[in-house]
Amino acid sequence: MAILRNKLRPFSIACFVGLAGFVALAACLGYGQTKDTCLDCHSALPDPLGVSQEKFSQDIHAQMGLTCASCHGGDPTSDDPDKAMSRKAGWKGKIDRKRIPELCGSCHSDPAYIRRFNPSLRTDQLGQYHTSVHGKRLVAGDTKVAVCTDCHSVHDLRAPSDPRSTVNPVNVANTCARCHADASYMKEYSIPTDQFAKYSTSVHHQALTVRGDLSAPTCTTCHGNHGAAPPGVDRVENVCSNCHTFQAQMYEKSSHKEAFQSASLPGCVVCHSNHAIVHPTDAKLGAGPEGVCMRCHTPGDSCDQARVALLISLGRLDEAIKSADQVLHVAESSGMEVSEARLGQDQARDSLTKARVTIHSFRQDLVDQDIQAGLKIAAQNLRAGKAAMVERNHRRLGLGISLIAVGIVLAGLWLYIKKIES
Amino acid sequence: MPTHSQGIVNAGDPPSPPLPRRRFVGALLGSGFLATAVAFLYPVLRYLVPPKASDVGGDAVIAGRVGELKPNSGKIFRFGNRPGLLIHTSSGEYRAMSATCTHLSCTVQYRDDLQQVWCACHNGKYDLNGRNVSGPPPRPLQAFEVQVQGDEIFVRRRRES
Amino acid sequence: MSPLRDVRNWLDQRLGWQDLIAPLRKKTVPLHRLSYWYFLGGITLFLFGIQVVTGILLLLYYRPGASEAFESVQYIMTQVQFGWLIRSIHSWSANLMIFTAFAHMFSVLFLKAYRKPRELTWVSGVILLFLVMGFGFSGYLLPWNTLAFFATKVGTEITGQVPIVGKPMMIFLRGGEEVTGATLSRFFGFHVAVLPGVATLLILLHLLLVQRLGISVPPKLERQWTANPSAKREMKFFPNFMLREMMAWYVALGVLGALAAVFPWNLGVKADPFVPAPAGIKPEWYFLFMFQTLKLIPSKVWFIDGDVLGVLAFGLLGLLWLLLPFFESDQPSRTKGWITRLGVFALAYMAGMSVYGYLAK
Repeated sequence: MAILRNKLRPFSIACFVGLAGFVALAACLGYGQTKDTCLDCHSALPDPLGVSQEKFSQDIHAQMGLTCASCHGGDPTSDDPDKAMSRKAGWKGKIDRKRIPELCGSCHSDPAYIRRFNPSLRTDQLGQYHTSVHGKRLVAGDTKVAVCTDCHSVHDLRAPSDPRSTVNPVNVANTCARCHADASYMKEYSIPTDQFAKYSTSVHHQALTVRGDLSAPTCTTCHGNHGAAPPGVDRVENVCSNCHTFQAQMYEKSSHKEAFQSASLPGCVVCHSNHAIVHPTDAKLGAGPEGVCMRCHTPGDSCDQARVALLISLGRLDEAIKSADQVLHVAESSGMEVSEARLGQDQARDSLTKARVTIHSFRQDLVDQDIQAGLKIAAQNLRAGKAAMVERNHRRLGLGISLIAVGIVLAGLWLYIKKIES
Repeated sequence: MPTHSQGIVNAGDPPSPPLPRRRFVGALLGSGFLATAVAFLYPVLRYLVPPKASDVGGDAVIAGRVGELKPNSGKIFRFGNRPGLLIHTSSGEYRAMSATCTHLSCTVQYRDDLQQVWCACHNGKYDLNGRNVSGPPPRPLQAFEVQVQGDEIFVRRRRES
Repeated sequence: MSPLRDVRNWLDQRLGWQDLIAPLRKKTVPLHRLSYWYFLGGITLFLFGIQVVTGILLLLYYRPGASEAFESVQYIMTQVQFGWLIRSIHSWSANLMIFTAFAHMFSVLFLKAYRKPRELTWVSGVILLFLVMGFGFSGYLLPWNTLAFFATKVGTEITGQVPIVGKPMMIFLRGGEEVTGATLSRFFGFHVAVLPGVATLLILLHLLLVQRLGISVPPKLERQWTANPSAKREMKFFPNFMLREMMAWYVALGVLGALAAVFPWNLGVKADPFVPAPAGIKPEWYFLFMFQTLKLIPSKVWFIDGDVLGVLAFGLLGLLWLLLPFFESDQPSRTKGWITRLGVFALAYMAGMSVYGYLAK
């Protein structure tokens, strides 16, 4: 026992010193350097009061040095919940939805303040929000509409460039769909809830999510993000023309522009739809279920005839390109060198694409210009392919003749051998 | 060659077959050898003659001739298996770059009103160095080296290794 | 008499060649059930000759160098008259020759023609086989297309795995740390100068030995014929066997022409060192069995790296293969058996692994 005690004292002193040092070290390494007692309790609480340290550490505000008190007020240095969450210390508690935009805007609309963190960050979001449907309805008393935290998330808010952010281009549609695709939530509003489902079938969605092309449009590209509102019937072309300039230019000068405008029809959307924008095929010019012209035009009238003529022209060029491709393919698999013609085919296909764009002028003569150019090139390549096939047949003929010669030699040798050995 | 031992029979050799048969075998072999020799020599001799189309060699391509392009204009030329764009800038320089848009592979063109390279498919724009400056294109156009020798404009890939 | 005889006499008086070729007149070829296998050596020699001729023709237009090689081969295939034919024959003949070289080696093994006194013939033959594979490896890079570039990268990488000497060997082969234009120059030098020189000497040695020692006969037959000399059946080399060999050579020529015309060798895409390797890159078929074996060895066997073990094992096997005749026992009772079985196993393994390697992703 005596021996133990002698050993115990230095041991327990060492333990005490170690523990104290550890506590001091932990305190120094404590997250955020500032004392933040809020998380001490709230990280252990269940939802909706729970915010874990792990979750909060992902938040960009926390990374910039802000604390719970920066938005919720209160005294984060006090361990006593009554003192920490007292009105006297400015504690706001759970922020009322109607006040959230103003709260966020208190910093984010202050250019001098934001300049300290990121000088190139915009500070007009709150102003834009007030022009949006969400903003206007919120002021009128509807708290179901989206406020800042609904889209940007809260407590684990990430910069939009972060692929995990709810407002990263790749995720935007999903974020909007949380409300806009929920039929029961949107019951009292008179707008459809199938936009997301339709958008998911579109080429834009495909480009964004499958190909990862961040230039492809999502909800906010056409509707705006903070100033979110539908573009308006007469402004749809402006939205689409930002990328699809050629088509828009053609449409501007066409007969349809005036016709649609006077009928208050939304331009591009009439034929291409607004959300379910799928890859257009020549069938759009057809008379079948995918055809768009006959929705308005009468069968047999001059427009119907023009439609048929356009469809035939496109079909001709498409056929010409395909048959040239086929011949070139056979030539290539037989070992002929046709790379020049293959490149030419790209040019022919470009002409076809151009013709399909020119459709938006609705003028047969303009479309024909592109078609004729394409037909010329396709014909050239077809000739090249056929010439390659002729050359290939020459080679086979040459081979055949040589093989016959070889056969004669073999026959002769065989007979000679028989002769000298008989 | 077959042994035309004209009537001389060696001891131990079998009696020679009748003359027509021997002649036939001889003719067959002779014509066969001749035919195969021709079939072999003809391609070789044609091969040895240098072809008319001279081999420029290497990565260089003649994209155009001086005077063909007015200042502030461009033209598409063939570079390997892909199209290339040759630009004669308004300051008199020649620039060349790949003409395949880095967005969805459409063929770009030179716009003299914008003095930029433009892609008609989705309104992508590149500057005269090929850098993507506006619209969807994610990457610049690969720039090529231009060399004017005499009145021919040579374009070659940038030397890297 | 005949003009031919006059020419022969004229030459004989100046070269004394009648004396030289006298033993050839007496040369005989044993005739038995398996005699057809004797053609393989000659066909391999014929194909080598084709390679030399077409190779020299290609040399007239080919330009070595990373910026010109591919374009010059493209030029040959598209602009030069019958260039496509010469190049395709060269490529097909290369593959056929490697095949017949292997077949010749295996037939010699199974017919037990390597036994005393023909050990040196075997040794020179196996070295020639290795040289022929070296010809294939170096020649494959010369068009400088993507497949060749990466196959060379992988192949030389594997050489670098050999402990101690591997890295210097790899740098020697590549002409540097990486596969670049320097590698191309070097491989070109090997392919058109070094390998042909060494191969020609070895072929001459090999043929000389065959002439001096005569054609071998399988052991059982040998015993029979020694016991009963009248049962021996032979054929004169000149002209009988040679005429038959000519037939085989003409057939080979016809096959080559047909392959070249109907399945021209393709050009591929020019090599770009900055593009990542295409998925599932594989070497040419004659290296597949080794490549596939290396892929199947686990990455670590005990403490030894799997690839190193594989490379060393193949090296050792190659050396043992070279020295095979010296393991053959003189006693007849032991002659039958293990070397033949080993040969069957090796053949089955190589064939099986090649098929596996070809089908695997």
